[in-house]
Amino acid sequence: MSDSKYFQTTKKGEIHELKEELLSQREDKKKEAVKKVIAAMTVGKDVSMLFTHVLNCMQTHNLELKKLVYLYVMNYAKNHPDRAILAVNTFQKDATDPNPLIRALAVRTMGCIRVDNITEHLCEPLRHALKDQDPYVRKTAAVCVAKLYDVNPELVENQGFLNILNDMLGDSNPMVVANAVAALTEIDEVSKTEVFRIHSGNLNKLLAALNECTEWGQVFILNSLCKYTPRDSQEAENVCERVAPRLQHANSAVVLSAVKVLMKYLNSIPNGDSVRTFCKKMAPPLVTLLSKEPEIQFLGLRNINLIVQRRPEILQYEMKVFFCKYNDPIYVKMEKLEIMIMLANEKNIDEVLLEFKEYATEIDVEFVRKAVRAIGRCAIKIDRASERCIQVLLDLIQTKVNYVVQEAIIVIKDIFRKYPNKYEGIIATLCANLESLDEPEAKASMIWIIGEYAERIDNAHELLNSFLEGFKDENSQVQLQLLTAIVKLFLKRPKDAQQMVQTVLNLSTQESDNPDLRDRGFVYWRLLSTDFEAAKAVVLSEKPLITDTTSQLDESLLNELIMNISTLASVYHKPPETFVAKLKGIKRGMRKEEEDEEEPDYVDDDNNGPSPNQGYAGQQQQNNQQYGQQQQQQRSGNLIDLDLSDLGSALPQQSNNPYASPQQQQYNNSNDLGFLGGGGNNNVRSPVQKSVIFGGDKSQSIQIAGAFSRANNRVSLELTLSNNSQQQMARFKIQFYQNSFGISPIDPILNCPPIEPGQTIEVSIPIQCANAAFTQPFNPVIDMAMMVLPSQEKFYFKMNFPFNCLFTENGRLERDSYLAMWRSIPETNERQKEIQIRLNQFDPASLLAKLNQKNLFEIVRKSNNGQEISFLSCKTENSIYILVELTFSQNSRVCKAISKSTAPEVMPIFEHTLDNLINNA
Amino acid sequence: MISALFLMNGKGEVLISRIYRDDISRGVANAFRLEVIGSKETRSPVKLIGSTSFMYIKVGGIYIVGVSRQNVNACMVFEVLHQLVDIFKSYFDTLDEDAIKNNFVLVYELLDEILDFGYPQNCSTDVLKLYITQGQGKLKSLDKLKQDKISKITIQATGTTPWRTPDIKHKKNELYIDVIESVNLLMSAEGNILRADVSGQVMMKCYLSGMPECKFGMNDKIIMDKEKGSVPARSQRRTNGIEIDDITFHQCVRLGKFDTDRTISFIPPDGEFELMRYRTTEHINLPFKVIPIVREMGRTRLECSVTVKSNFSSKMFGSNVKIIIPTPKNTAVCKIVVAAGKAKYMPEQDGIIWRIKRFPGDTEFTLRAEVELMASVNLDKKTWSRPPISMEFQVTMFTASGFHVRFLKVVEKSNYTPIKWVRYLTKAGTYQNRI
Repeated sequence: MSDSKYFQTTKKGEIHELKEELLSQREDKKKEAVKKVIAAMTVGKDVSMLFTHVLNCMQTHNLELKKLVYLYVMNYAKNHPDRAILAVNTFQKDATDPNPLIRALAVRTMGCIRVDNITEHLCEPLRHALKDQDPYVRKTAAVCVAKLYDVNPELVENQGFLNILNDMLGDSNPMVVANAVAALTEIDEVSKTEVFRIHSGNLNKLLAALNECTEWGQVFILNSLCKYTPRDSQEAENVCERVAPRLQHANSAVVLSAVKVLMKYLNSIPNGDSVRTFCKKMAPPLVTLLSKEPEIQFLGLRNINLIVQRRPEILQYEMKVFFCKYNDPIYVKMEKLEIMIMLANEKNIDEVLLEFKEYATEIDVEFVRKAVRAIGRCAIKIDRASERCIQVLLDLIQTKVNYVVQEAIIVIKDIFRKYPNKYEGIIATLCANLESLDEPEAKASMIWIIGEYAERIDNAHELLNSFLEGFKDENSQVQLQLLTAIVKLFLKRPKDAQQMVQTVLNLSTQESDNPDLRDRGFVYWRLLSTDFEAAKAVVLSEKPLITDTTSQLDESLLNELIMNISTLASVYHKPPETFVAKLKGIKRGMRKEEEDEEEPDYVDDDNNGPSPNQGYAGQQQQNNQQYGQQQQQQRSGNLIDLDLSDLGSALPQQSNNPYASPQQQQYNNSNDLGFLGGGGNNNVRSPVQKSVIFGGDKSQSIQIAGAFSRANNRVSLELTLSNNSQQQMARFKIQFYQNSFGISPIDPILNCPPIEPGQTIEVSIPIQCANAAFTQPFNPVIDMAMMVLPSQEKFYFKMNFPFNCLFTENGRLERDSYLAMWRSIPETNERQKEIQIRLNQFDPASLLAKLNQKNLFEIVRKSNNGQEISFLSCKTENSIYILVELTFSQNSRVCKAISKSTAPEVMPIFEHTLDNLINNA
Repeated sequence: MISALFLMNGKGEVLISRIYRDDISRGVANAFRLEVIGSKETRSPVKLIGSTSFMYIKVGGIYIVGVSRQNVNACMVFEVLHQLVDIFKSYFDTLDEDAIKNNFVLVYELLDEILDFGYPQNCSTDVLKLYITQGQGKLKSLDKLKQDKISKITIQATGTTPWRTPDIKHKKNELYIDVIESVNLLMSAEGNILRADVSGQVMMKCYLSGMPECKFGMNDKIIMDKEKGSVPARSQRRTNGIEIDDITFHQCVRLGKFDTDRTISFIPPDGEFELMRYRTTEHINLPFKVIPIVREMGRTRLECSVTVKSNFSSKMFGSNVKIIIPTPKNTAVCKIVVAAGKAKYMPEQDGIIWRIKRFPGDTEFTLRAEVELMASVNLDKKTWSRPPISMEFQVTMFTASGFHVRFLKVVEKSNYTPIKWVRYLTKAGTYQNRI
C-alpha cells in the first residue's frame, strides 16, 4: 500500500473533510486523516487551523498514530502556544507510560516544543526521565536537557539539570554517557560559565565509554577530549594510546575525530619516538579516506591540507595517492592538486611534473589553469627543479591553447623573479605568443618581463609600443604595468623610448581617472625630471626574493583549525566565529578586531557575482579563496610594482588601496554626472515614497526612482523606470555589489515589459535576504548597476537600504523570553544613545504604534516619575534579535535608547535606523 | 549540530523536511534550490549561504541535504547522509522520488529515530527494524509486543552490541564470506605504473544462532609474524603474508583488541554486513595489462591498436570484460577489427566499447581500429584531450593483493559447527591507461 495517495487531495473543502475525519470514532479513519494532514504539511501547505482537531487524536494507544500527532504538534505548537498547552496533559501521561518507547517519545517531543508555558511543565517529567531505569529513556532525556537549554537557560540551571548531566557521565550505559557528553559540550559552547570540565576523574570514564558506545557516541566523546589539556606527557601518551585504535574504524567521522585528538595531544609529548609512532599510525587511515565517497574524500583532503602544514612528516611518502583520477569530481581534483604541491620535493618532482603536464591537457579550464600554476609554484619552491619546470611550461606553451599559454606566462614571470638572469633565453618563445594574450594578468606579466629585460630584447620598444596603442582600453593593472615597463625601458635605453615615455606619462597623468595611475605617473615624471641616476637607482633596484606561501595559513589560524579538524571550519579554512552566528560573547569580542581589519572585497565589475574561476567550495570559502588570491595578487602586484614600493614612504602601498579599485572609479565618474542619492543617510523614507536615484536632471537616457519596501514577509525594491531615450528599452538586468547586508535580487533580470520611448513603468524586484549576512564595517549604502539590453549600456547608482526592511514579522518576543535574552547578552554588547526627536509634535503611544508597523514590536510599557519606558524587540532575517529599551521623558525632546543584541556588530546601523524610524514615522 | 534534513527532487522541490532545531526555517530550502541546484556546476559538496551551511549528496535523483548553522562536524554529517541512503534502501529497496513519497510517514518516523536534536543516535538498520515497522505488514505491530520484549529492544538499542539481538535462531548455521577486491590502476602512456592499489572488502553473510564469538584470520604479514611469536620477523620472510596498508572495521569488531594483538574478534550482526575494508599497494598482481598505441595521423585520421593481456593462471578466466577506448568528439567512422569479443563505436560515449564475455587466463587479444574524423567545423584550436582507456572486468577466485582467508573460528554456547563458504572476486575499480 503506498502512501503517495495522501498527496493527491487538492480539491476544495478538503480541510473541512479532514476535520470530519479527524473527529471520527474509528482509529484507522483518524490515522488516515492525520496522514493526509502530514502529507499536506510536507508539501508546505498550512494546516495549522486543524490544530485542535489533530490534538484530539493524541490520546491513543496506537503508537503509529501517536507519533504522527506528535510530529504535527512539534511543527505547529509555536503558532498556537495557547492551544499547545492542551497537549501537556497527554505528554505528562505518556511520560509515565509503562512502555519506555512511549516515555522517551513524550520527552523527546516535549523538548522540541519551544513554547514557554510548555517548557515549564516539562521540568518534572524530564527530571524523572533523567533517572529512568530504562537507558533508552535516559539517553533521550540527556539530549532533551540541551533542547531545553536552548529555549530557557536559566530554567535548566535553576533546576539543577546540569549537575544531573554531569553525573550521567558515570552512567553504566555507554549511549547515555555519549549523549550526556554531546549535550554538555553544546551547552558549554554557549554558556557563560563553564558547565563541562574534563578532569582526571571523568577522563577515565569517558575513555572507558569510548570503547563501548556507538560510532556517533565515539565522535561526541572524541570531540570532548579535545577540550582537555593533559597534565603531563605521561597522561597525554596514555590518552593517545587509548584513542589510536579508533583510527581503524569504518566511520570516517570517528577516524578524523581521533586524528584531531592525536594532533592536539601530541603537542604535549616531548618524546620524539612516541610522536613518530603515532604519526605513523595516522598516515594509513588518512589515505584510506581517499577511497571513500567523493564528499568524504573532499573533506579528508581539506583536513589533510591542514595536517600536512602542521606535521609534514606524516604523509611525506604518500605522493602517489594524491594523483588525480580522470573521473574524480572537480572539487576532489582541485584539493588533490593543492596537496601535491605541498608534498612535492626534489625526489618526487619528476613524477609530479609529469602529472601536472597531463592535467594541463584536461577539459576543465579551472583545473588546467591550476595545474599550470602548480608547475610555477613548484619551480619557486624547489630550486633544483626550476629548470625542468621551465621546460614543461615551454612544452605547454607550444600547445597554443589560449588559457594555458596565458597562465604559463603568468607563472614564468614569478619564476623570473625568483631566479633572475637565468632563463632569459626563453623570452623569444614568450614574445612569439604576444598576440594571443587577452587577459589582464597575463598581459601585465608579459609587459613586466619585457620591461625587466628591456636591454636584452632588441625590439622591446616595438613590443611595448604595440601595447601602448590600446592604452586607454586596458585594465588598470595593465596600464600600471605598461607605465612602469616603459619607464624601465627609458632608463635602460633612453634613445629608443624618449617618445614613448612622454606619451605614456601624458596618458597616465592627464587622461586617466585612475588616481593610482595618475600618482604613479607623477612620481615617475618628477623622478625622471630631477635626477636621472636617482631614478635609475630607485626603479632598477634589486628586488627581494619571493617564496611560495599561497597555501600556507597563518600560524595561529592553523592552530585553531587543527582544533577544528573534521568540522565545517576545517572545510572553509576559516575560524568558526566567522560563519557561526551563535557563539560565546567573549570570543566574538576577541575576534572582532581581526574582522575589522579585513578589507571589504569588491566583486569585480565585469562579472555578475563571484568570478567563475574562484568559486569551488562554498561561498565562504570562496571569499577565503578570494581573500587569498587577493593577497596573492597583492604580492604579485608588489612584485611587479616593486620599483614603486621602493619609493618607500612617498607612496605608501598605493596599489593595495581598495579605494582605487575600478568600481570605485566608476562611482567617481558617475558622481560627476550628477546623480542623486548620495545625499547622506537621511534618505530612508517610508516605502511607498520613491526617490529619484539616477538621471534626475533628465540628461540621461533613463531615469530611475526607487525605494525598498517590506510587505507580506518579503523585501522588494520598487522601481520606477522612465525611458528618456529615442528607442525601446527591452530588458533590464540589475546587479547589487557586495554590501553590508548580504542581500541581492532573487532574479537579476527584471520582470517587466519593454519600455517605449517616453514611457514610464513600475517594477518590483524581489530581494533575497534569506541569506542575509552582515559584514563590517557597516555601510547602509548599496552600490548597484543596471544594464539595459540590448544596448548593453550600464548605469551606476546607489541607494540607502533601510535596515528595518530586514525586520521580520515574527520578531515579537514573549515577555519572559525577552527578559531571559536581555539577561543572557553580556553587558559589553549594550549600547546607549540619545535620539533627538525632530518631529513637530509627537506622543510616545502613536510613535510606538508606528514602530510596531515596522516590525519593531513593543513588549511592555511602564511609566514612572513622568517617564515612559518601553521595551521593544525585533528580529532580523538572519535571526539576530535586537532588544531595545526606549525612555521618553516628559517635556523632553530627547529619547534615550538602550539596546542590546545577540550580534553586537549590527548595533551602529540599528541605532541609525531607529533614529530614522522615529523621526520619519 | 544538524539543524534540518531535506530530501529534495532534482527540481529542488522539497519531498521531506525535518527540522530539528529552531535556528532555521523551511525557507532555507529555497536558498539551496537557487544557489546549488539552480547553478550550473557544483564545485563543492559543502555550500555556505549566509551563515547557513548546506552539506549534500545526490542519490537516485534525490538530493539529501543536511543543514546547519553551527560549526558542525561535517564528516559526521556526510556519514549520516550516506548511512541514511543505506537505511532507506534497506527499508524500501530503491531510493527515488516515488519511494520517498510512498513511504513518507515511515521516513518521518525514521528521521525521528536516527537524529535527535540533530545528534545522530542510531543508524543500524537491524535495530531500527525492531521497532520502526510502519507499513511492514509482516512485522508485528509494536502495540502488541509484550513489556519485556520492549525493554529488550531499548536495551539493545542503547547497549554495547546494538547490532544483534540475543535470541536469534537458525536451523542451519551458515556463514558466507565474500572477499571482493577492486583494483585501481593508473598507467602512463609509456607503460609505467603511476599508481596501483587494491581496496578490498570482506563481506559476510551470517546466519548463526545465539551470540557467537567469531575470530577472523587472514594472511596479513604483521598478524602472521605476531602469531609466530618470539621468532624475529626477519627469519620469517618466507611466509606468504601480504602487506596491508590500512584496515577499517565494522563497528562490531573490537578495535582495542586489534590494536594490542592484531586479532580480529567480534560478535557479528545477523545477515549481511561488511566486516572490514583494507587497502594494499605492494606487490599487486594486475590481472590485465593494456598496451595501447594511438596515433593521430593528420587532422582527420586516428589509428589505434590496443592489446589486452591477461595475467593470471590459464585455469581461471575473466568475465564481463569491457574496454573503453576514447575517440575524439568529431569521430565519423570507425573500422574495427577484433580477435575476440565484440567492439562497436558508441557516439554517446565518445569511444569504442570492446566487450569480451569470457577472457581466458594467460592470453592476449588485440583490437585494431581506424578512426576517421570529420573535418573540424568550428575552428576550435584546442587539441583532443586524449582521455585514458578504461577497463572493467571481474575475475573470480582471484585476488589481486594475494589476500586469503586463513580461518574463521566461531564459538557459541550451544557449540554448533557452522558451515562456512569463502569466495573471492577481483574487479576493476578505476583501471586506466593513459594514451
